[in-house]
Amino acid sequence: MIKKNSTGASDQPVTVNRRKFLTYAGAASGLIVIASACNKDDDMDTGNNKGGIDLGSGDIGILNYAYALEQLEAAFYTQVVMTPYANIDPMEAALLADIRDHEIAHREFFKAALSTKAIQALEVNFSGIDFSSRDSVLETAKAFEDLGVSAYNGAGKLITDPGYLTLAGKIVSVEARHAAFIRDLISNGSFADSSVIDANGLDKSRTPSEVLNIAKAFLKSTINASNLPS
Amino acid sequence: MNFLNIMNHIEKADPEVYGRLDSRRAAMKAFSSFGSKLALSSIPLALGSMFSKAYAGSRGSKETVLEVLNYALTLEYLEAEFYATAVSKGTSLVPAGAAANAIMTIADHEAQHVTFLKAAISGAGGTPVAKPTFDFSGGKGSGTGPFKDAFTNYELFLAVAQTLEDTGVRAYKGRAAELVQGGDVLTAALNIHSVEARHAAHIRSMRKANGFADVKPWITGKESGIGEIVQASYNGEESTSQASVEIVNINGQSISAASASEAFDEPLTKDQVLMIVDPFLVA
Repeated sequence: MIKKNSTGASDQPVTVNRRKFLTYAGAASGLIVIASACNKDDDMDTGNNKGGIDLGSGDIGILNYAYALEQLEAAFYTQVVMTPYANIDPMEAALLADIRDHEIAHREFFKAALSTKAIQALEVNFSGIDFSSRDSVLETAKAFEDLGVSAYNGAGKLITDPGYLTLAGKIVSVEARHAAFIRDLISNGSFADSSVIDANGLDKSRTPSEVLNIAKAFLKSTINASNLPS
Repeated sequence: MNFLNIMNHIEKADPEVYGRLDSRRAAMKAFSSFGSKLALSSIPLALGSMFSKAYAGSRGSKETVLEVLNYALTLEYLEAEFYATAVSKGTSLVPAGAAANAIMTIADHEAQHVTFLKAAISGAGGTPVAKPTFDFSGGKGSGTGPFKDAFTNYELFLAVAQTLEDTGVRAYKGRAAELVQGGDVLTAALNIHSVEARHAAHIRSMRKANGFADVKPWITGKESGIGEIVQASYNGEESTSQASVEIVNINGQSISAASASEAFDEPLTKDQVLMIVDPFLVA
């Protein structure tokens, strides 16, 4: 059994060593100027806690990242279905239960696929959500679904295994279907409005650090993404 | 582009890159000396020549990328013209208000995808394929195919729209693996892919709201709510097993076969997609 919380993911020490080496070499030779002068949109080294639950590195790290997000979504919809908001429409209740089952399926799939490399169960913090309020629930659902879509879209290029990439693709389009449905519940016709789709007709993508920065408001657990590829 | 990222990307694209450059240390030394001798603005050029030397004679995936992008462009041409034609019919086809606005939104996105992909292909040094001539009746140019009333019959129009969107989602998914580690090109393809899924979900909701079909925003089993004529676009969606993991009742959770199939959209191969769109192409 691999120790899940160890930092520096024992399976891929090379990555860590190379990063340290490059950082050192950079500081010694003036290359650091280049690194800091360029944009750092993918830089996972800034502002991450070394404590917390280590997602690991490489493709395993990305799968754990997805597993973390699916845990969050599944926990949210489980609560939504358990304590339905006031005067919930039966059609809405049925489709929200569908979404719950999809997110649980995603969560459990990652848990099974990662096996001993899976991170632990996360503790969520939903204190800011009023589960008795349709507005509060749907706005949170919209935020989670749009976030999930952008997370998978942004993680795609970090995946090295074609099979994992296809799997991520199988899930992200279902998250996008959820996002469209939830948005239409809030305001019919907002399924793909200009708040998410740009002038090129493209959806959003976010880096893991951008996503986790948003997600952390809903988590008691601290996530350490510092070993993820970038 | 961050320098550390460049090394990451190169290493991922070719794990043996350091071998080609003698060693990682040698690579770093090469960079260091470049860095001290050249102005910062010259660095990308230096990187380019350094790596084109390292890669001389090795595989080039540029052709694959361009082929996938042109494939995507062809599908976007199809969707863009389909919706543009619908919009041109005005309220004789799509009711004014929410329905017309939604179709307009989708039409805009598909037109934007065409423009974007053409620019991406040209930018990558390729040539965008020309727009084919379409027959939206599905009659290969006869104009008398099974969908010949698609622009006069709202119910049929939405059925074809749903099929095109669900097929589009599956088509992008089916080629994603060929763009693995494709950087910005892959990201762009994914960013289009999820928009198509949003479209699909909305069209499905429109069909449900109008009482045309009992479908959900997601695909249950391999049901289309349309009929045998579009079944090729839905076959395979009923899968409940992912990477050899059975999803029904996974890990003791109560997950039905319907939910298990809905939770994962399935890819279509290029050949499957070409067979599906063939009736829409004028031979």
